[in-house]
Amino acid sequence: MMYSEKVLDHFTNPRNVGELPDANGVGEVGNAKCGDIMKMYLKIEGGIITDVRFKTFGCGAAIATSSMATEMVKGKTVEEALQLSNKAVMEALDGLPPVKVHCSVLAEQAVRAALSDYYTRQGIDPEPIVGKIQEVDHDHEGSGCDSCSL
Amino acid sequence: MSKMIYADNAATTQVSQRVLQKMLPWLGQHYGNPSSIYGIGREARAAIEEARSQVAQAIGANPGEIYFTSCGTESDNWAIKGLAHTLAAKGKRHIITSAIEHHAVLHTCKALEKEGFSVTYLPVDQYGLVSPAQVEKAITPQTALVSIMFANNEIGTIQPVAEIGAICRKAGVPFHTDAVQAAGHLPIDVESMSIDLLSLSAHKFHGPKGVGVLYIRKGIPFPTVFMDGGGQERGRRAGTENVAGIVGLGEALTEALEELPEKTSRVTAMRDRLISELTKLPKSRLNGHPDRRLPGNCNISFQGVEGEALLLLLDNHDICASSGSACTSGSLDPSHVLLAIGLPHEIAHGSLRLSLGDMNTPDEVEEILKAVPQVVERLRAMSPVWEKIKDE
Repeated sequence: MMYSEKVLDHFTNPRNVGELPDANGVGEVGNAKCGDIMKMYLKIEGGIITDVRFKTFGCGAAIATSSMATEMVKGKTVEEALQLSNKAVMEALDGLPPVKVHCSVLAEQAVRAALSDYYTRQGIDPEPIVGKIQEVDHDHEGSGCDSCSL
Repeated sequence: MSKMIYADNAATTQVSQRVLQKMLPWLGQHYGNPSSIYGIGREARAAIEEARSQVAQAIGANPGEIYFTSCGTESDNWAIKGLAHTLAAKGKRHIITSAIEHHAVLHTCKALEKEGFSVTYLPVDQYGLVSPAQVEKAITPQTALVSIMFANNEIGTIQPVAEIGAICRKAGVPFHTDAVQAAGHLPIDVESMSIDLLSLSAHKFHGPKGVGVLYIRKGIPFPTVFMDGGGQERGRRAGTENVAGIVGLGEALTEALEELPEKTSRVTAMRDRLISELTKLPKSRLNGHPDRRLPGNCNISFQGVEGEALLLLLDNHDICASSGSACTSGSLDPSHVLLAIGLPHEIAHGSLRLSLGDMNTPDEVEEILKAVPQVVERLRAMSPVWEKIKDE
């Protein structure tokens, strides 16, 4: 299996790793059973994502897609961040091996989960805006995460 | 660090200089077809027969019981499918194997299930050991064969082969063992261990890739012919022989068994140093049996990290290793072996296999011991799973 130079770069030197104590939107997606969990921290001021951090348990592609997703939403408006697609993340990384496509889906979902939390904290029902988010499953009950079925 | 550290000897090994030198003439001036009647053909025939004798001697068999194949997987396929098809004619359509076999055996058994054979996949204990008593209990009058690996490729557990062999012998059921990880590393004697069929592969003991052996005991029901064609391998496995590969296999096995006790104690000492140091890391555990394991095998799970990420970071340190994580298995599930010994998925994902050989040095082990804790710590620092479990 071959990773692109960009994937290896984002894996080896991930951008925006860590936590954000003053984040006002935090989302976590994935499933330890499947081997990937991503946690995304957003700081949103005046509708703009002014800062972002992530923590990821997962393979090289999971870490690289998380890193790339943080770069792609930083400085963007909430509306722009909602448009972030897994395809865009993949393209920005010069592609992923087919078995790793689900990592890019997880990165997209992590951003959406953090935005969903942001709306909830604002007293706004997130579902009509963000859609349904697959909850993180630390207890690994059930059949696993949606992204794995891809 | 400038020099690569190769700690993946269970995946493959470097061809030794002695083996390479012995092979080269058979890729050069000695290009005859072993089936030809003139001089360079006869030379090639003699070289193959010498290699056959080397293999026979190494495992306590007769040369007439040694068949050269293209790899361990082919040997496993031939042994299991061949015997199953032979014995199905006598109404025997049941196979016994274990849950932790290599895919060469497991997927062969799955294929036979589709043909209507029934297969018992024996469970293993927490160390990966098959219980001989369970083998005995599973044997029925319909059992065509028992196939249990000699030693496991992932966790290194060495099975009680002789006990299982004795049980099969007593029950009159042919016993096959996939000895791909064991050959050249552990003493094997097909007589005292009551082994009827045995698979091995040259590239696991400093021989070339693309050549293997199936030992078939004289007198057991013969597996159906693997490959129809010419008269090679006594008509059972047709096709012009891989002369250089076969010569290399014979020499590699002979070389591997020279001073085996000394090599074993040297490699075991390095392995035990890895195990004792790496299991000092918090939330780590050794997978496999503490003593009954291959001399070079160290398999450890580190909670809160994922195996493929570990391997990529170790690669940045020029260390070659392996993992049982889903991301390295090419499927969504982590290693079937780690699940079979009872590891939860998330811990199985964080496994690291370091497999040493007699070409590794204690200095390399020290380099590995510097790199692995750094890499584990770095991944744990960015892991939301570690954040939750570190204080548990």
